[in-house]
Amino acid sequence: MSLYNIFGIAGSGMSAQSVRLNTVASNLANANDVAGSEKDAYRARQPVFKAVLKDAQGGGGVAEQAAVGVQVTEIQQSEAPVRKEYQPGNPLADKEGYVYTSNVNTVEQMANMISASRSYQSNVNVVSTTQQLLLNTLQLANK
Amino acid sequence: MPFSIDKALATFPQALQLETKRAELLASNIANADTPDYKARDINFKAALQAARGQPQGLPLAPTDSGVSLQAVGQSGTAQVMYQVPLQPSLDGNTVDLQRNQAEFGENALRYQATLSFLGSRISGLRKALTGQ
Repeated sequence: MSLYNIFGIAGSGMSAQSVRLNTVASNLANANDVAGSEKDAYRARQPVFKAVLKDAQGGGGVAEQAAVGVQVTEIQQSEAPVRKEYQPGNPLADKEGYVYTSNVNTVEQMANMISASRSYQSNVNVVSTTQQLLLNTLQLANK
Repeated sequence: MPFSIDKALATFPQALQLETKRAELLASNIANADTPDYKARDINFKAALQAARGQPQGLPLAPTDSGVSLQAVGQSGTAQVMYQVPLQPSLDGNTVDLQRNQAEFGENALRYQATLSFLGSRISGLRKALTGQ
């Protein structure tokens, strides 16, 4: 009953954190991208989390509203300025010889990655503990 | 009334319900550890259990009105949900203290196990009495 809700909550947490890990991977992979104009330069992506009420039983009374999962509402692009480098030999360089690199801050992304992986682990622990509790509850019938 | 299984099981079923509820709230807190503006919630277990324990005595089970006893159980399931007070407020408005919530979740799981084993021994005692072995 209610213990089953925990799987949904922790599952939503895990999927949100994995979206966050995905964006970190994408940002790190594109950290050294160059582009020919400021508009085309890669900008760091970041997911936005939001708490969602779970109404597992359709109605959602006061008791059910306690369970709150997490949802990724949107992926935002960083507004930080992109770096402008003078590389006249680069085939992508514009008329003045400048290329535009991404605005990814690798140190920030690494910290973000560690935070996401820790949060993911906490949710995994919640799931495994709950699983154990449910199994033990089911064995109550054999007492 | 000479005997009732409800009384034989004492408050353990209500305690299990409350512990389930608390596990759900703490799991929500852990899942939303990085959600902006999320406020961590919890229940006061002791007060909720006392409220749940007080009700069956206050409302004696009437044979003609079985709805009363059901309602009492339902009320014990809806314990008052309160907000946790954060030790370190964060800039994004989130009040979840992950370490504290993990510790509380572990403690709650242990309590759940303890209640389960007490309930199990009550059930096996009843079964022994029924089969007469």
